[in-house]
Amino acid sequence: MSRRVGVLALQGDFAEHIRAFADLDCEAVPVKRPEEVLKCDALVIPGGESTTIGKLCERFHLGEAITELHRRGQPIWGTCAGMILLAKEINGSDQWRLGLMDITVQRNAFGRQVDSFEAELSVAGLADGPVRAVFIRAPFVTRVGEGVEVLARFEDKIVIVRQGNLLATAFHPELTSDSRVQQYFLDMIDQAL
Amino acid sequence: MSEKSTWRNKVGLGEMLRGGVIMDVTNAEQAKIAEDAGAVSVMALERVPADIRAEGGVARMADLKIIEQIMETVTIPVMAKCRIGHFAEAQVLEALGVDFVDESEVLTPADESFHVWKHDFKVPFVCGCTNLAEALRRIGEGAAMIRTKGEAGSGNIVEATRHMRAVRTGIEHLKGLRTEELMTETKNMGAPFELVKEISETGKLPVPNFSAGGIATPADAALMMQLGAESVFVGSGIFKSEDPDARALAIVHATTYYEDPAEVVRACKGLKGAAMPGIDVASLPDEERLATRGW
Repeated sequence: MSRRVGVLALQGDFAEHIRAFADLDCEAVPVKRPEEVLKCDALVIPGGESTTIGKLCERFHLGEAITELHRRGQPIWGTCAGMILLAKEINGSDQWRLGLMDITVQRNAFGRQVDSFEAELSVAGLADGPVRAVFIRAPFVTRVGEGVEVLARFEDKIVIVRQGNLLATAFHPELTSDSRVQQYFLDMIDQAL
Repeated sequence: MSEKSTWRNKVGLGEMLRGGVIMDVTNAEQAKIAEDAGAVSVMALERVPADIRAEGGVARMADLKIIEQIMETVTIPVMAKCRIGHFAEAQVLEALGVDFVDESEVLTPADESFHVWKHDFKVPFVCGCTNLAEALRRIGEGAAMIRTKGEAGSGNIVEATRHMRAVRTGIEHLKGLRTEELMTETKNMGAPFELVKEISETGKLPVPNFSAGGIATPADAALMMQLGAESVFVGSGIFKSEDPDARALAIVHATTYYEDPAEVVRACKGLKGAAMPGIDVASLPDEERLATRGW
């Protein structure tokens, strides 16, 4: 099935996401403008700096388009900064966010860059063993609302959540060659179409 | 089981900073202006390059109290500069908890023969280069990000374009070589063989390449992004201009939509004063050129 996956390309590791989808023979496209977002079947909000991406979304009116995409039931996946932007609440911060997902996140929750790490992570719904998860100045989820499924924890910290057509990961599947999380998201898109 | 500060963690942070602007700041107040404008990171230093150039003297790592104040003020990653070869300054910056160390030609070199062995550190490093061979030597030593040097504090983009084009033509040249030619090329370049071989096969650097040194206007940022920079460092360009707040916003805008001239026009319309004064680099005597520091 042909699916048009957009990757928000205002700032961050959007090129890595595009490469990771290409490995699955799925052509993902960079999107920077509201009209480009609205043409997509699904959207990825990449890793990057959540304050920067948030300010750019606000200045260039991307928030309305992304919210409209969500209202149509089209899947959205946020990684790291993307998770922060999807969250309804951010501990100790009033920075701009989409606020589509009923979760609370803690930014830079594992520490500064010298505390960034990789770990093996078992993810509910993914067969064939754990994934290698790359955490970079990563957030984690401190509260989940009703209807939010927790798909993985690292040492009791919630690091993957799903709420309907929204998926959020605190780490970066796009930085590894394992594409099972991408495939999981593609399956979400197929179910939504 | 988890493993800290892997190579992927280090290079990964550089990937997260792509498509953004990293701004030089000398205090917490400037850092806040940078973050509010949408900077992806700030570079903490004692004096911006234009002042180092004007005032002379020895330029060292910034005052730790100021770096700490900056780290407490902003949530974006904080970088700081150490002198070339000054691994003890780098150790101090790592212990302080900065997110990236720039082993920088903008500061006065501490060692004229040897750069820092960066693989020994948990914190990632960025280093300057003027061509591909220099970039590969720094990556060989453990740099997780490269920035072309340009000529810092000059407000003149000419060296930035020269260095970015040199890296690109260097890569194109390696792509065209046959396997048996690579060892001779390695000898001629003075770069690590494994990296020469890798670039010849992949056609790209294994770490992000950003642009620095001379960016003063939104159009300068758009130029460097179109020439292949993955992000831009703006040093003196913001806080030595007449309109730092507006200029920071405008340069972020132009970097985001660098491929669209109509957006760069909109970005320029937000400017409220003159750019920093510039220097004709051709008139600079060799000893005043910062890009020739390091090897």
